[in-house]
Amino acid sequence: MLHMLENPLQSAVPSRRTFLKLSAGAAGGLMLALRMPGSARAAGDDASFAQPFVHIRPDNTVVVLNKHQDMGQGNATGLATLVADELDADIAQVTAEFAPANAALYKNLAFGMQGTGGSTAIANSFMQYRQAGAAAKAMLIAAAAEDWGVPASEIKVEKGVLSHSNGKSATFGDLAGLAAKQEVPGEPVLKKPEDWVYIGKDFPRVDAAGKSHGSIGFFGMDHQAENMLVAVLARPPRFIAVATGFNDTEARKVKGVVDVVSVPSGVAVLATSTWPAIKARGLLDVTWDDSKAETRSTEEMARELADMTGKKGLPVAKGHGDPEAALASAARVIEVDYSFPFLAHAPMEPLDITVLFDGNSATFWTGSQFQTVDQMVAGTVLGLTPDKVAINTTWAGGSFGRRAQPDSHYFAEAALIAKARLDAGNAPQPIKVVWTREDDIKGGYYRPMVAHKARVGLDENGNVVGWHHRVASKSIMIGTSFEPFAVKDGVDSTSVEGVDELPYELPAFQAEAHNAETPVPVLWWRSVGHTHTGYVAETMIDRLAKEAGEDPLDYRLKRIKKDQRYAGVLKLAAEKAGWKDPLPDGRYRGIAVVKSFNSYVAEVAEISFRDDGTVKVEKVVCAVDCGIPVNPKNIEAQMQSGIGYGLGAILRNEVTMTDGVVDQENFDTYLPIRMTDMPEIEVHIVPSTEAPTGVGEPGTPPIGPAVANAIAAAKGEWITELPLSKHGLA
Amino acid sequence: MSITLTINGEPRTIDADPETPLLWALRDELGMTGTKFGCGIAQCGACTVHLDGTPVRSCQTFIGDVGDASITTIEGIDGKAAKAVQAAWQELEVPQCGYCQSGQIMAATALLAETPKPSDDDIDTAMDGNVCRCATYARIRQAIHLAADKMEA
Repeated sequence: MLHMLENPLQSAVPSRRTFLKLSAGAAGGLMLALRMPGSARAAGDDASFAQPFVHIRPDNTVVVLNKHQDMGQGNATGLATLVADELDADIAQVTAEFAPANAALYKNLAFGMQGTGGSTAIANSFMQYRQAGAAAKAMLIAAAAEDWGVPASEIKVEKGVLSHSNGKSATFGDLAGLAAKQEVPGEPVLKKPEDWVYIGKDFPRVDAAGKSHGSIGFFGMDHQAENMLVAVLARPPRFIAVATGFNDTEARKVKGVVDVVSVPSGVAVLATSTWPAIKARGLLDVTWDDSKAETRSTEEMARELADMTGKKGLPVAKGHGDPEAALASAARVIEVDYSFPFLAHAPMEPLDITVLFDGNSATFWTGSQFQTVDQMVAGTVLGLTPDKVAINTTWAGGSFGRRAQPDSHYFAEAALIAKARLDAGNAPQPIKVVWTREDDIKGGYYRPMVAHKARVGLDENGNVVGWHHRVASKSIMIGTSFEPFAVKDGVDSTSVEGVDELPYELPAFQAEAHNAETPVPVLWWRSVGHTHTGYVAETMIDRLAKEAGEDPLDYRLKRIKKDQRYAGVLKLAAEKAGWKDPLPDGRYRGIAVVKSFNSYVAEVAEISFRDDGTVKVEKVVCAVDCGIPVNPKNIEAQMQSGIGYGLGAILRNEVTMTDGVVDQENFDTYLPIRMTDMPEIEVHIVPSTEAPTGVGEPGTPPIGPAVANAIAAAKGEWITELPLSKHGLA
Repeated sequence: MSITLTINGEPRTIDADPETPLLWALRDELGMTGTKFGCGIAQCGACTVHLDGTPVRSCQTFIGDVGDASITTIEGIDGKAAKAVQAAWQELEVPQCGYCQSGQIMAATALLAETPKPSDDDIDTAMDGNVCRCATYARIRQAIHLAADKMEA
């Protein structure tokens, strides 16, 4: 614990997303952020307190500025919990707002730029936001000491009230103006963990009330402005076809349509409101040039990936021993091929973005997730320096990776439409670009299609002598600005994370990677590479346990030697699920454990089969070790969410293409998980004093293999091609 | 064309094509953004409103067809069931991203107004049309039971 406090970043920075290098001064940046010139009086009035992460208003409201995007994972509440605890604020006075786009002040310390992803929000902010709360508290105390003429050491702070034994007391709001005039402490004293009042206990969601009353003013989709136009685009049926011409005669007849503008990503109909734009978009007659487009079917792409895994690939840096030699002398070799489909993220709020561009500056309203990249891309398109690009970050209606774009394509598209309008001589006007659900499902940026081939050599007793592994998929990182940080010797770390090495002691393990090419844009999808590597590794281990004639839990525990946090979650999940207890007839169990983003999650799935042969996941018992549990209620929520999201995908989700055209369109063909699919879920948290790690993604990877292992317990066969609906199981 | 609708007890006049979905009339013409756009084809329930107390998908309800029916949106729900549902939603911290929750709350309120003590099967039937991509379903179920208890108390 103490070590963690001294060096908070060491254990908090995920290896996967060090693509934007931590600058040498990043740790020092914790202090720097509190000393930015002018920041103390940013609000510009005498009665307020305004530091980069904490504002205190005369009405006694404490505003925690969230440098991250909260798309449901709850970091606004997590960061508020950290500040409120150190500040000794009262729960009722704390609110959250999004920070402006400003990388100098608000960079993610794990990325070096402002952005959210890789389940890093709490991990990188844990010390920073506590220090911000502690500094604000010290300044309030100094203000009270000055006002009351008493020593600072005699002032007590409790639930938002400062008091002295002489009977004086004041709220934060009373002293906000005077506190702002105090010196910002360089190294504020932090509470000891035993003195925490909210961290590890309970702090209610700051957005629960608003989101239970219509979420008025929350989402980019709901942004409205005087004189605003709404743009909906006709997008190419095949990835990355371009429009070579269009007939807009019928579209322009729709009442409310103002303009039709061609941009590289499609043809935009601009109207005075959304419905006419959607209607008119359907009346456009666009000619597409498919010469550079993807025209293959997904079946063909899957065959290509499978063929690749039959050939030698690029060596993955980690691994140990010589599995090929071990396989050559093995008593038996098991060879298993896996196939994973493209997946759409399908957040409830499809993409949307409002832009106002006047030729000299631009302002955006959207649930931005990579503010720094978004600023740079929009600036490049509009010929503006990033400081001339303002982003009003809104709450996002889900993302699951979709809004974190290395190419900021939706910013670029909106910027291009605004620029085209201005270049044509129109007055500056806010334009909201709306993606319909069809645009979302058919719009690419999918979890890549992936093939794996695992070859495992066994001795006469079924013990592993060597494991050779190959992965083939389109790289998420190659060709993006993140390539220099995420790709080494041609291997994209996000393609192989989870099978670059295994947590189990095996005599030899090596992996190779192949990068497939397709114009279909791909993107990280909740838990990125672990969405498929976790499935492969944990179903293979189950198979190997059976080969060795051992219980799947015991097999894992026996071989996890180095990192006992795996064993911790396995044991806890197994104990709570009654792993060794007999099951009623027709019930089957499976277990899986995956570490992702430095958090450890084990899940036990209990299933049955419906009369039609489909799988019903009855219950999932989940154990998570995410270091210090900052907000246990949210950790539970995120495990439930990650499990539901992952389960929906493995049951029925795949994006397929026929001759390059996406077959699915909306929630009638890309079938989301629903209430009746949802198992009962129990979440257990491993007590810990380690640095906190993320919970937004790590709940997702284990559910697929846990269910697949339960199916294997029933039927003796492991499903190696997803989704389960391909096999009549969903 | 001018169409008058009764929304949250008030007459509201809209100048729009009668084939305009109620969803877009509410959001764009009247600025009532509590009702959300999720799919546009009545598959997700994010746009659920009440028509004379019955939950309907406003994306597939056309303003020319509404006539004298009384429309209630998330901005206007009130009464015992609505209050209990919204209190339970907050207490159990149901919303994550929150985008679907207007529709979930409208569906749950209609369920409880009709069936004050719903079984899990009743909940499945009433709520299966409402998609939540954050998969908050477990807490939605709990919150409906909690709201039922609150209504009884």
